[in-house]
Amino acid sequence: MCRGVQHPIHGLFLRSYLSQVSRDKLPDIGSEYEGDGDTVMDAVEFVLQNFTEMNKLWIRMQHQGPVRVEEKLEKERSELRDLVGKNLHVLSQIEGIDLEMYKDNVLPRILEQVVDCKDELAQYYLMECIIQVFPDEYHLQTLETLLGACPLLQPTVDIKTVLSQLMERLSNYAASSAEVLPEFLQVEAFSKLSNAIGKVIEAQVDMPIVGVITLYVSLLTFTLHVHPDRLDYVDQVLGACVKKLSGKAKLEDSKATKQVVALLSAPLEKFNEIVTALTLSNYPRVMDHLDSETNKVMAMVIIQSIMKNNTCVSTADQVEVLFELIKGLIKDLDGTHGDELDDEDFKEEQNSVARLIHMLYHDEPEEMLQIICLVRKHIMTGGPKRLPFTVPSLVFSSLKLVRRLQGQDGDVVGEETIETLSSVPSPELALRLYLQCAEAANDCDLEPVAYEFFTQAFVLYEEEVTDSKAQVTAIHLIIGTLQRMNVFGVENRDTLTHKATGYSAKLLKKPDQCRAVYACSHLFWVDDQDGIKDGERVLLCLKRSLRIANAAQQMANVTRGSSGPVILFVEILNKYLYFFEKGNPQITSAAIQDLVELIRTEMQSDTTTPDPASDPFFASTLRYIQFQKQKSGAMGEKYDPIKV
Amino acid sequence: MVLVLALGDLHIPHRAPDLPPKFKSMLVPGKIQHIICTGNLCIKEVHDYLRTVCPDLHITQGEYDEETRYPETKTLTIGQFKLGICHGHQVIPWGDLDSLAMLQRKLDVDILVTGHTHQFKAYKHEAGVVINPGSATGAHSSITYDVNPSFVLMDIDGLRVVVYVYELIDGEVKVDKIDFKKTTATAPSAH
Repeated sequence: MCRGVQHPIHGLFLRSYLSQVSRDKLPDIGSEYEGDGDTVMDAVEFVLQNFTEMNKLWIRMQHQGPVRVEEKLEKERSELRDLVGKNLHVLSQIEGIDLEMYKDNVLPRILEQVVDCKDELAQYYLMECIIQVFPDEYHLQTLETLLGACPLLQPTVDIKTVLSQLMERLSNYAASSAEVLPEFLQVEAFSKLSNAIGKVIEAQVDMPIVGVITLYVSLLTFTLHVHPDRLDYVDQVLGACVKKLSGKAKLEDSKATKQVVALLSAPLEKFNEIVTALTLSNYPRVMDHLDSETNKVMAMVIIQSIMKNNTCVSTADQVEVLFELIKGLIKDLDGTHGDELDDEDFKEEQNSVARLIHMLYHDEPEEMLQIICLVRKHIMTGGPKRLPFTVPSLVFSSLKLVRRLQGQDGDVVGEETIETLSSVPSPELALRLYLQCAEAANDCDLEPVAYEFFTQAFVLYEEEVTDSKAQVTAIHLIIGTLQRMNVFGVENRDTLTHKATGYSAKLLKKPDQCRAVYACSHLFWVDDQDGIKDGERVLLCLKRSLRIANAAQQMANVTRGSSGPVILFVEILNKYLYFFEKGNPQITSAAIQDLVELIRTEMQSDTTTPDPASDPFFASTLRYIQFQKQKSGAMGEKYDPIKV
Repeated sequence: MVLVLALGDLHIPHRAPDLPPKFKSMLVPGKIQHIICTGNLCIKEVHDYLRTVCPDLHITQGEYDEETRYPETKTLTIGQFKLGICHGHQVIPWGDLDSLAMLQRKLDVDILVTGHTHQFKAYKHEAGVVINPGSATGAHSSITYDVNPSFVLMDIDGLRVVVYVYELIDGEVKVDKIDFKKTTATAPSAH
């Protein structure tokens, strides 16, 4: 009866009504309408027919008017599409339809209508509908049929979106339970999908590159969900992408680029062990097709993945692949200019590389040495802007290894390190690293190597460290390091201590001179059993620093007539006490007493204004002396002559 | 009860990639009232991270802190305690307890927090308490072999401070605590 109404819109609504009222009267299994003569097949037949007719009516709408109102018609059709789709929904709800029936009867009939109608809008909508409405396990079992319809559709249909949707549904299905995974293997889902995609891409020659890559992203996501152990599949997908990208210039379309980043990020997210991704031979090839900006973005994604998962990259081979992948960060690639980059971004990149170096580790010293040499080779290509960031990490990684090697190959590592450090354009940093290396050489008992490191440090101090504050810090680092050296023979030690004290006395400001010189007193007294204990030279240093303090005091009196650096005297007094307690025979209780009196006088003098820092310091020092006096035994006796 | 986090010598990125994940999960924002940092962070990202843990951040300059000019020493008062901070590379011999005591007398503080040696220490001497929180990342040190990541949490309550030290040993966080008491309350400064 409905056949009589051929007007598209009226027909559609009429048939939709028919569908609605007949719904619960269909002779489905278990329904009251099931019986002789009326089976599920009849129900199916009825719905399919309604569907077919509605589809025809729907399509006919398009041809109702002249070409110029085509767009308006399309819009109208879009709004009514659910009426047609409803039929498929009804079909999916019929309980009597089992897999067999779906496979042999229902799906082929639907697809037949879809293909034959040759209408782009209908085909796209209906394919989507089929995928959404019927269960995933049905799709899996009818994959070949479903995919087989794709090349038969109109060439303008956005088939890639349809395929992406299908793959997404199947991915989610796979993720829902491990029990369904064998099914995927059984139906050879991967190869079927892979082939179908290949065919579609081949057929639609004009498909923009972003579409191609989106398809591969969907396929990759599917693969990672369903076959996480099949690295060869993953590599295959990447390889297909490479093929499509090669021969073309570097990607410029930002949407396509985003998709490539998604493609490359997916394996990283799936595989907690980043090293798994490193074994994919096509991975670097895909990266090569990115423009340099995106290449760096991707390199950062890789590094962040390693950091986030706390992964350890442990073989030289893996390190080589890794550094090849992040080469955009390591050096200026052809055609790029380092100074185009934003300062903050550049620092972030280089600091990431620096952090990455600490994730490279192997238990075997031999292998670790190989890794370090590899890293060194790569970062040395970075140029002067990058070295201050990356070299320290390398140096400390090497020093850790040197400790493990216990001195073997020490001088080789030493020489190479000097070479590396001499190329670092930051003298203060290089000086610190030389001193670190000197300590390592000391621990390995390598006197000449340690001496060389000190020489280099002094050269930098003499020639490159010019800021007065920087000099103060640097000289203290030199003194502090030197104080700990036990590898030097008398001659070498004397040369170095002489230099240190000399530079200390030449610092710009007198208080700084004073402090550095009394710090040098510790160079002549080391508490170890074999340590040097030269009481006289200690006293010489302390006296020298006293003279400097005096001079500073006089200068202050003359120029400002206000309080001078009395605090320096208190500091020196504390040093006297230090060596007094250590048993330096040259430091006498009388000398200490004199110093105490001197300070008292200075503090009480008319010209001196109370110094908020030195008063409590002096007070607590006197308190300390009192405390020591009250001790029993040798200490108390020692302190007895001192009167406070 | 005032919680003060003391940490330092992270040496990120030169010697360590990041704080240990187990430490990071413990340092929840909003639980700590003050942070004392001995220095050697060494980059801005670390400074910013510490600020998210607690905005009241006190840092002194370590010899590897680039591009920053934190002070060489700093003093602050928390409750009844006067605290002093200094990285420690300035005090020679490095790690020498008597020389650190001198610094403590000079700064006139009850608690001196200092670093550089990457080795946890908390001890009492005549002038007060010296605390070295060690290296929060377990960074390599030329002074100390086999550095375990560590940091300190001080609970200041009246005249008492409980020092909790957290150390990461073989993948597990171990805690220890030490009690210190002041004998007299700090009189308001009348100098």
